[in-house]
Amino acid sequence: MTPELGQLALILAMLLALAQGVLPLVGAWRGNRVLMAVARPAAAGQAVFVAIAFGLLTWAFLRFDFSVQYVADNSNLALPWYYRIAAVWGAHEGSMLLWVMILNVWTVALAAFSRQLPEAFLARVLGVLGIVAVGFLAFIVFTSNPFARLLPMPADGGDLNPVLQDPGMTFHPPVLYMGYVGFSVAFAFSIAALLGGALEQAWVRWARPWTNAAWAFLTCGIVAGSWWAYAELGWGGWWFWDPVENASFMPWLVGVALIHAQAVTEKRGSLRAWTILLSIFAFSLSLLGTFLVRSGVLTSVHAFASDPRRGLYILAFLVIVIGGSLLLYALRAPKVAGGKAFSLLSRETVILIANLMFTVAAAMVLLGTLFPLIGDALHLGKISVGPPYFGFLFPLLMLPVVLLLPFGPFLRWGKSEPAPLKSVLVRVAIAAVACAIVAAFFVDGQAKAIAGVAAAVWCGVGTLLYVYKRWREMPRGRRYPAEMAGMLLAHFGVGVFLIGVLLTESLSVTRDVRMAPGDTQTIGAYSFRFDGVHATRGPNWHAEQGTVTVLKEGKTIDVMHPQKRTYPRGQVQTESAIDPGVTRDLYVALGEPMDPNNLEGAWALRLYAKPFVRWIWGGGLFMMLGGFVAGADKRFRAKRAATAATAAQPSQTVAERRA
Amino acid sequence: MSRSLPLFGFLLLVALFGFGIWWNTRHDPREVPSPLIDKPAPEFVLPLLDDPTQTVSKASMLGKPYLVNVFASWCIACGEEHPVLMAEGRTLGIPLVGYDYKDAPEDAKAWLARHGNPYDIVIADQPGRTAIDFGVYGAPESFLIDARGVIRYKHIGPFTPEIIERELKPLIARLKQEAP
Repeated sequence: MTPELGQLALILAMLLALAQGVLPLVGAWRGNRVLMAVARPAAAGQAVFVAIAFGLLTWAFLRFDFSVQYVADNSNLALPWYYRIAAVWGAHEGSMLLWVMILNVWTVALAAFSRQLPEAFLARVLGVLGIVAVGFLAFIVFTSNPFARLLPMPADGGDLNPVLQDPGMTFHPPVLYMGYVGFSVAFAFSIAALLGGALEQAWVRWARPWTNAAWAFLTCGIVAGSWWAYAELGWGGWWFWDPVENASFMPWLVGVALIHAQAVTEKRGSLRAWTILLSIFAFSLSLLGTFLVRSGVLTSVHAFASDPRRGLYILAFLVIVIGGSLLLYALRAPKVAGGKAFSLLSRETVILIANLMFTVAAAMVLLGTLFPLIGDALHLGKISVGPPYFGFLFPLLMLPVVLLLPFGPFLRWGKSEPAPLKSVLVRVAIAAVACAIVAAFFVDGQAKAIAGVAAAVWCGVGTLLYVYKRWREMPRGRRYPAEMAGMLLAHFGVGVFLIGVLLTESLSVTRDVRMAPGDTQTIGAYSFRFDGVHATRGPNWHAEQGTVTVLKEGKTIDVMHPQKRTYPRGQVQTESAIDPGVTRDLYVALGEPMDPNNLEGAWALRLYAKPFVRWIWGGGLFMMLGGFVAGADKRFRAKRAATAATAAQPSQTVAERRA
Repeated sequence: MSRSLPLFGFLLLVALFGFGIWWNTRHDPREVPSPLIDKPAPEFVLPLLDDPTQTVSKASMLGKPYLVNVFASWCIACGEEHPVLMAEGRTLGIPLVGYDYKDAPEDAKAWLARHGNPYDIVIADQPGRTAIDFGVYGAPESFLIDARGVIRYKHIGPFTPEIIERELKPLIARLKQEAP
């Protein structure tokens, strides 16, 4: 009975979303306060019903209700309870439900914390979010019902994809979705601004904390995903330019551009149309990512089952949401380049250049991701571009960004004097060159590693110089407002990230070896001794587990246990063993036995030493922290007074728009 | 005009995606054209599952067309395909060779004993080396080899009755006419 209740809850949620999507927009258009007032309760009601549906699905997993097709497909009696909860979003239907639930979390949070916004504006924002929710709920109800029954009920279910049976995976999709879906708020703000014509700076200030938080969640989700791929897929890599990774990376890139463009628009009034366009792009790319993953247009290691009906539905939805908003943009975007003018040497210019680079990078990633599709369309055969394409173009596009990064904070809005910048340039350059020379002695002249150290020092020292300048020049308490602290943290994170990437990429040692028990392999200062393989088992798998003792200067520093797990349905999953460290990771993966009949004998092993690999995720976490800190600035918690000023201005802005 | 550019760009993307969906309804996205089609099958010498002292080789199979079906007891999709082969295998009119891929012989025998054996002969490739020459990347997979030892057709994934009727049987009929 409970699954039917879940389905009912979804249908009710869809109807409430329809009310939330239509009535407040009509109300805001007609100036009808009663209709506008529907937005808040409808959003709350929708959230409650979606939560009920989600709870019932989780309940069905916890009590092994295999009469539900989705539960039977993705869990079995041996699956531990925590993975049964993760299984709720482990496949298509449930992950769509998670999508909607997270959209509701954002909507409800927005409704709760935005009481100071003008009534009509908030009604429009909630209305736009309601329309997005209708699209997704209808998609679930009509094409991807997670509560569909399976008759006769099987005695035991299938299995959650073993790749997903990892602690990182319980955490990765919800966080990633918080980011993806969070861009819907910035999107709704800009659509509301276009609809209302109240195109001045105030809405950007309201949108900024939400955009920063969404971007920070997305950063966290991507970091978690990269960590998961590293630890779980057993390939030892941390980024693969896989279509699904790209799908999350494109909104991230546009998100970086958006955060900076919003800062310009809020403070100086310029780049207004561009900020709106980026808000639309960021969320469109989130939707596009969903489309690419769900529709089966592109296949990838991550891809869920594909179904052309779903693909068509999502395509229609994309046309309505993205096409509609771009049409609105074409009709109503501000025609005049408003705001304060800026000279060539100004913070606006640098941000604009970085914006351009990030947007082009996102377009480049999109093109690369869609390449197989373009190949089919133009009858070029099965072609795809991989790491060589991305690995060449992406650093090339990011190079100017990295070079400009230390100067951003030092530049003034509007117009800057060259003299102070020169002193920054000299200091940063000296620090980078000095560290690069020192590094050259340690890394045997590996150009990539030296460049990595130089680039990281360039960004890191540049950021620290600004920290020092503020410390010296500003009185205590006013040195680092949250917005600035967040920016500095994120910029510093870029440096940390760079050192991780370039050192790992250039100095990693990989060795595929055949090892009999007792054999020793040496990588750098580390000796790996293979102590044989024995059988072991877990809650729902059995495994061959190797023992590898790592010695440094004759002392044992770690005993590692790589596994080759076999799950009940016969899927084999490699669990690599990792000895983590600040300056290096040691990584061992178990291959195949040399003789399948003698598991005690020699095995193929893969050994890695990965210097500074953890700094990649460390840098990402700095960026994430920066996003959250900047978003928490007190200045963004708009007060009534600010709102009143906005309300008094619309006539002027409308006139400006028509000019 | 410049304000409409994003919209036109997006419409271009929509056209591409629409094409992608249409394309996927007609093509199996996993289907990579095999470079071995119309090429001589790789040389192989493999033991019989039931009697490892006896071997089957490419040379010993020359002279009449046959279908090689790659399966394994650990392969779930093979379990789906199995009833189809049980029903249709005898109606093909050519030998059906089971190719037991990366499998423990006892498991394979037990599996065939439990579900029935649709094959005329079963050869075993436990280490999976020969399968590499055939370009096998998973089970089930099937190869139709003609009387001269040339691979004429390859199917990835389980056979369904429709595929057998639509694709396999017409080809077999043609091969039989060609056969000396």
